[in-house]
Parts: sequence; C-alpha cells; structure tokens
Amino acid sequence: MTSAEPTLVEARGLVRSYGAVRALRGLDLTLAPGDVLLVLGPNGAGKTTLLRTLAGLLRPESGRVSVLGRTLTRDDPGARRPIGLLSHQSLLYDELTLSENLMLAGRLYDLPDLRARVEAALRQQGLQDRSDARPRQLSRGLLQRAAIARALLHDPRLLLLDEPFTGLDAVAGDRLRQLLGEHCTSERAMVIVTHHAAEAWDLANRVAVLVGGRWGYQAERPSDQAAFHLRYHELVHG
Amino acid sequence: MGRALRLALVIAAKDIRLELRSRTSLLSASVFAALVLIVFNFARDPTAVATVDLAPSVLWVTVSFAAVVAMNRAFTVERENAAFDGLLLAPVDREILYLGKFLANLAFVLVVEAIALPLFVLFFNIDLGGALPGLLITLLLATAGFVAVGTVFSAMVVRTRFAELMLPILLLPFMVPPLIFAVKISVLLLAGRPLSEVAEGLRFLAIYDVVFVTLSVLLFSAVVDE
Amino acid sequence: MTADLASARRVMIRGAVLTVLGLLGVGLVMVLALAYTPEEINQGLAQKIFYIHAPSAWAAMLSVVLTGLASMLYLWLHDPRIDRFAASSAEVGSIFCGVVLTTGPIWGKPIWGTWWTWDGRLTLTLFLFFLLLGYHTLRAAIREPFERGRFSAVLGIMGMVLVPFIHLSVYLWRGLHPMPIVLKPSAPSLDPQMLRTLLISFGVMTLLYVGFVTLRYGIQLAHDAREAADAS
Repeated sequence: MTSAEPTLVEARGLVRSYGAVRALRGLDLTLAPGDVLLVLGPNGAGKTTLLRTLAGLLRPESGRVSVLGRTLTRDDPGARRPIGLLSHQSLLYDELTLSENLMLAGRLYDLPDLRARVEAALRQQGLQDRSDARPRQLSRGLLQRAAIARALLHDPRLLLLDEPFTGLDAVAGDRLRQLLGEHCTSERAMVIVTHHAAEAWDLANRVAVLVGGRWGYQAERPSDQAAFHLRYHELVHG
Repeated sequence: MGRALRLALVIAAKDIRLELRSRTSLLSASVFAALVLIVFNFARDPTAVATVDLAPSVLWVTVSFAAVVAMNRAFTVERENAAFDGLLLAPVDREILYLGKFLANLAFVLVVEAIALPLFVLFFNIDLGGALPGLLITLLLATAGFVAVGTVFSAMVVRTRFAELMLPILLLPFMVPPLIFAVKISVLLLAGRPLSEVAEGLRFLAIYDVVFVTLSVLLFSAVVDE
Repeated sequence: MTADLASARRVMIRGAVLTVLGLLGVGLVMVLALAYTPEEINQGLAQKIFYIHAPSAWAAMLSVVLTGLASMLYLWLHDPRIDRFAASSAEVGSIFCGVVLTTGPIWGKPIWGTWWTWDGRLTLTLFLFFLLLGYHTLRAAIREPFERGRFSAVLGIMGMVLVPFIHLSVYLWRGLHPMPIVLKPSAPSLDPQMLRTLLISFGVMTLLYVGFVTLRYGIQLAHDAREAADAS
C-alpha cells in the first residue's frame, strides 16, 4: 500500500455511551481500500456499537466518521451511499417477495437498470428460482443469501459485517467465505465483527481487538494464529 | 424535489403493499369503527337526544379511535428483521422517510373513514344533503392533523413495552383541537349551513395541519436517528 | 457532565431553601387574602381562592413553556443537564396543574353550583395536565438516557406548540370563566389591595416554581450520581 492511496474510512475520537455504560471511549480507525479488518472482543466491548457507528446508524457523542471523504451526518445522506451492512438480521420485509425487497432497496439507492440488477443479484446468490418467495419461507442459509444479495445490491465499497458466520453450517460458512473473498477487491474494504476468529482469519489483512471501548490491539494480521489467541486471552481475561 | 417525492411515494407504496398483504390493521380498525357505531346506536335514547345533535360527535370519536388503532402498525412492521435499519442505512433524508410513512398512514385512516362514513349515514339515518363535499374536506384536514403527530409518536413508542397503550396516551391531547373544530364544522354542515360559514373553521384545521406536519418533519430525525 | 453527590446535595439545599421561602410566601398570600383584601361583592369569601388559583395556573403555564424551550435547546446541544431541567420543570408543572384543578372546583362549587365546568382556563389546565402526564409516562417507559432525552424533547416541543391551539379551540368551545379582569389594556378593575395581593402571589408562585425545580433537579442529580457510581 503506497502512502498516496486515499483512505476509504476515517474515524476519529469516537465516543458513545448507553447511560452509564461507555461503549466507545475515544476510538480511532482508518481503513484503506483493500483492507479487511477483523474485529474481535468480548461481549459488551462495543463491537456492534462501533459497526453501527461506522454504518451511520448511530451518532457518536463526539468524534466523527467519514467515508470516502464525506462525514456521516444527518444533513448529508449521500455520504451513506458507499456503505453496506450485513447483520444477523436480514433487513427484509416478511410480506414482500425477495424480488420486491431488492427492488425497494435498489430504489432507495437510485440504482439504474434496476430490474436487471436485481435479477443478477439473485442469480449470484443462487436465488433466481426463489425470487417470488417470501423471507419467512426460506431456510436460514437461503435467508442469509437473500440478506447478502440485499447488502451487495448497490455495490458498497465499505461492507460491514456483524457476526456473519453465526448460525451457519460448514457448507454455508465456506460459501460465505468464498463470496467475501471475491467481494473484497483492491477498491473495497470490509470490517468483520465476529466471535469466531478462525472463520474469517484467512480473509483479513488486519486484526484488532476491542476491549472496554478501546483498542487493546490493532495490527496487520499476524501469521501465527495460535500465538495471537494467547495474546487475545491475555487482553480479554488478564 | 422530484426525487424526494418519488422516494416518499416508494416508501408509502411499500407500506401500503405490506398492509394489503397482511390486512391486520385495516381490518381491525374498520371492525372497530363499525362496532363503535353500532354500540352508540344502541346506547342512545332517541327520544331524549336528537340524532342530528349527537351524530357528529359519534362520527368523530369513532374516527379518532380507529385512527389510533391504524397508526399503531406503522412502525411495528419495521421491527421484523430490523427492516427499518435498511431504510436508515440508505442515502435517504429522514424527512423523506417521514413523508412516506405519513402518506401511508393517511391512506390507511382515510380508507377506514371511507368504510365508517357510509355505516354512519346508514345507522344514524343521516340526510347528507349538500353536506358531503364539506364533510369530506373536514375529514381529510382533521385526519391529516392526527396522522401528522401520530406518525412521530408511533415511531417513539414502538420499542416501549405497552406501545398500543402509550400511543393513545400521548396522542389524545393532540387530537383535541382538530376534533373540536371538526365536530363544530360537522354540526353546522349537517344542519344544512353553507360551506362559507365553516370556512373559518376549515382554515383553522389547515393551519393546524401545516404547523404540525412541518414540526413533525423537522423532529422526525431526532426520533429515528440514535 | 458527570454528576457527583456533593454538588447534588448543594443544589438540593439551595432548592429546599427557595421552596421553604416560597411556601412561606404562600402563607403570606393566604394571610393577606383573608385579612387584608376586601371581600368581593358578588362572590364573597369563596373568591379568595383566586389568589392561589390564578397564579398557580400561571406557574403551570410557565413550567410547560420552559420545558418546551429546554427541549429545543436539548435537541441542539444534547446536554444532559438541559434534559434534567426539562424533566424537573415538567414534574413541577404537574404539581401546579394539580393545584389549579383542585382550587378551581373549590372556588367554583359555591359560585357556579357545580364542582367542574368546562370553561376555558380549567379545561386548558386539564389538557396541560394530560400532556405532562404523557410526558412522564414516556420518560418512565424509556431506559436509555440519550433516547429518553431525545423523545421527551420531541414531545416537549410538540406540547408547547399545541398549547395555543388548545387555548383557541377551547375558548371557541365554551367560556364560563370570569372575565380576565387583570390583563385588560385599560386600568385593571380590581381594588388596589386585591391587585397588590394578586401580584405578590404571582411573584410567590414564580419563586415556588424556581424552588421546586431546583430541588427536583438536585434530587435527579443525586440519583444520576448514585447510578454512575454503581456502574463504575
């Protein structure tokens, strides 16, 4: 990575509390295109809070997030355009078909050639035969694929993933890993929040550990996974 | 401006489609309205109080309660699968989100009123005469007033434990000014007074609507943006 | 702004002092009402409630307006102190509403023959009371302080804007209340002793408002301080 490369995401001094609980205590984060950041940490460390703040769904009490140079504020909705989120909820409406759900998402992002795009997105996830199915009728694995189709429809340069491997069997997990590997080109960046470091280890080029609202560790992905796990345990339980 | 309206209509259309498929809210609100009208009909003593005096109050009580029932659904549907996050993630102004929700809610309540009004005319033996156009305008203006504030409040209470109870508690004071004027206007119209006599009241309703729609548009972001 | 117990106690003491002064003032007003002011020709002794009733209505209105203004400020600045103030003001407003709604019937029964009338001022106060009740119900239903502050603020602003509309529609609906004899453009048609007592009472009620709000704010501050201490 040359120093002339622009940053995709820049977050400075993020602070966010929930009542007396300080979920983020002045966090900084920079992502360059091509970065895949693995975020680990114990429950309640602030991982989901961080992700939602990067997505523009949460406003930090102080600090700011900018994506592709635009600060995320309520006055600039366009700044959210390059962001995609895959959470453990599908964000789909139960009474709309998959096709209708995607068409709605596409309209919210002003996507051109919408119909063709939706068909392509469904085909990419192997859902072209289920375009008239409703989310309720799908298995967990298929539902996750539908959620992925929705998240990737507008081709987000920043993809945020919240525990994407939870509840997936080995086959579905492999499929997701492969998909994410293909998605992350040199133009795009991903942040994967997960409990299962092993699942996403090979995808990442950076690893960070969030403890008590602060970075306990942030570095290039180490080659020795076992040693890292020891370090992780120290950070979290030490 | 064109994009804003177009997106608002996309969101409103989505809500309308969802409601047509599940039909829960429209159905319960309409049944509720019919029940209230029937009960009122049996609860009164026709010799003691003239129908034409009581009728407008009955109509408007029915309409208000049905409106609250219909509006409760506005944000419960967004809770499934965290679908609302999908709307909030998108590059769409919160004002447009509000407008879409407002239009959908307005459509729902107007549909319930379209069902209640003929029943009302039937049960209470009302001779509409030339009052219909005036009544329709009044219904539209007063409903817009309820729905403007109700849309914001239903977004607030959806995550509280007693959401269905909280909405009427918060909303009822806000329904009173439009109700008072709507009833007064209805009484005059049903008594055969011309539209010109109620123009003042209609103007009040319109001002109420403009003020509260504007306020709601401005405040919606404070509710949905965490 | 983190709360700490010591400063909370100082605020509570200040509030308590002002409240006691205010209550003494109320006592003074009652003495003046009974001993100093002349009896009104038509209404007799019952009219003396007016010296408590009308200024309480003023204090209730003041509470609602200040809650509304604080709400606007909170949405702009997001300072939890402002939210604390808005909540305290709303609570105090409920108390004053309660006073108006009890003194009104006490005044009304001997004069109009009924406990309750749907006249302008009483009805308006009744709606203020319901607005404030809704405000408290909403606050009680939301745990997270930031969300609670935001939602209360939205309700507070809407409520403040609603007040003139209620006023207009209620006055158009009915009017049994005695003519507003004080705020006439020309000279007020009250005896000078009545006027003086009334003005003193307005001042006393305002003082009582400040005292109550300060005290309530202090109590909330102490509560928040204790919660913060427990969490860390």
